[in-house]
Amino acid sequence: MFTFKNVRYRNILGIEDLTIPAFQTTCIVGESGSGKTTLLKLLNNLLTCDQGEIFYKGKDIARLDPVRLRREVVMLPQTPLIFPGTVKDNLLAGLYFAEKPLVEGDLLIAMLDRMRLKKDLAHNAAELSGGEKQRLAICRIMLMEPEVFLLDEPTSALDDSTEEMAIEKLIEFARQKNKTLVMITHSKNIARQYGELIITLREGKISGIEEAEVKYG
Amino acid sequence: MDSIVEIELWRLLAAYIFLVLLLVITWRLGVGREKEIVISAFRMTVQLIVMGYVLVSVFQVNHMFISLGIFALMEVFAIRNVYSSIKVKINVKLRRVIVFSMLLGTGIPVFFFLVLVINVNPWYEARYFIPIAGMVIGNSMTGIALGAERLINGMKAKREWVEGALMLGATPFHAAKAVVNDAFNAAILPTINSMVGMGIVFLPGMMVGQILSGVSPLVAIEYQIAIMLGILGSISLTVYILMQFGYKSFFNQWSQLEI
Repeated sequence: MFTFKNVRYRNILGIEDLTIPAFQTTCIVGESGSGKTTLLKLLNNLLTCDQGEIFYKGKDIARLDPVRLRREVVMLPQTPLIFPGTVKDNLLAGLYFAEKPLVEGDLLIAMLDRMRLKKDLAHNAAELSGGEKQRLAICRIMLMEPEVFLLDEPTSALDDSTEEMAIEKLIEFARQKNKTLVMITHSKNIARQYGELIITLREGKISGIEEAEVKYG
Repeated sequence: MDSIVEIELWRLLAAYIFLVLLLVITWRLGVGREKEIVISAFRMTVQLIVMGYVLVSVFQVNHMFISLGIFALMEVFAIRNVYSSIKVKINVKLRRVIVFSMLLGTGIPVFFFLVLVINVNPWYEARYFIPIAGMVIGNSMTGIALGAERLINGMKAKREWVEGALMLGATPFHAAKAVVNDAFNAAILPTINSMVGMGIVFLPGMMVGQILSGVSPLVAIEYQIAIMLGILGSISLTVYILMQFGYKSFFNQWSQLEI
C-alpha cells in the first residue's frame, strides 16, 4: 500500500526502505520522540518529506491531490478532535469534510453501539469524558469507511478493557471491509496481539521490523 | 441659513487653554507625560495647517491625477498602519492579500459612491473625492486590521481543529471556515454597532462639519446616511476579499497548515 524510498524528513525521520502492506494491520511502536507521528503524517501528506519518495498504490504521494488522498487515507489524531455541537454533528463531521453523503440515525446509533458508547445523538459532545470522546472520534472515521485508517494512539485515554474492546472492534471492522490499518501504539502488548507487521522506531530510524501471524480474527 | 462664523486667530489660540489645563493636571498628578502631550499637540497643529494649505491648492487645481495621487498616498499610509497595528507576525502572502483587498475593497465603493450616489461631475472633484476616500479608507483600515489579526490568532489558536479537519479530508476552505467566519464577524461588528448609536449617542463628524458650515441638517443626514452605507459596503468588501484569499496564505501547495 505504501512504499518508502530513501525518505528523510528534517532530522526527525530517516527511512531508507519500507513497505506497509495493504489489507493488514501494521503497528508502529517506539519511545516518544522517535518519529512515530511524523511517519504517520507522511502517509497522508500532512507532512511532505524533504528527500526521497513515498508511494501510495504505486503513485508518488507528493504528486497526488492531497485532499483526495486524505479522503482515502484518513487519520485519527492522538487527542480526539471534538467540534462544537452534538454527538450526531461530530459523527457526521468526517463525512461532511470529505464531502461524502451523510448517513441517517439508525446507522449512527449502530456505530455508537459497536463502540459501546451509550449516548443520545442529541447529547452535547463537549460533555463527554476523554475516553468517550476518543471512541466518538473512532466511530466518526469508521463511518467514512476509508481505504486506509491511520491511528495515532487511538486508545490512549481508555482503560485497559475498553481499550482492548475498541481496538478489536476497529480491526474487525477494517478486516470485514478489506481496509488497511496503520496504528501507533504505546503498548507492545497491543502491537504483539493485533499487529501483522510491527515496525519499531528509534531516534527516527527503523530499529526493527517483525512480521507476525494473525492472532485475532 | 447663515454661513459659518469664522474663528478669529486669538479665539483659536484661546482654545489652547484646554491643552494648558491638561498639562497642569498631568504636572500635578506627576504622570510625567508633559513632553509627549506638547509634541502631540504641536504635531496636530502643524499637520492640520499644512493639510489646510495643501487642500486649498488641491481644490483650486482640481486635477484627476492629483486626486488619484492623494488616493494612492492615503492607501499607502493606511496599509502601513494596518501592518504596524497588528501585533503578531504577518506572512508575506497575507501582506499581499491585505494590499489587494484594501485597493479593491475601498476603490470600488469610493467610485460607486461618487458616480452613482452623489453624482459628482467630474468624478474626481477634489472637494468630494478626498474627504470621502479618506473616510472610506480610514474605516476599512480599522476593519481589515481587526479582521487580519483575528484571522492570524484564530489560525494559531484553532490549529489542532484546522489540522484535524484536514486529516478527515477537508479542503483548506472548509477546514478554515470557522476561523474565517469568526474573523469576518469581529471585523464588521464595530461598524454595525456604531450605526445603532448614530444620531442618538453621537453626531458623526462629517454631519457636524456640514451643519456648522451652514448646510441644512436634513441635507447633512442624507450625506451621513449615504456615507455610512458606503463605509459599511467598503468594510464588508475589504474584509470579504481579505478572508477569501487570506486563509489560503496559511496553507502550502500540499494543503498543509503552515503557521
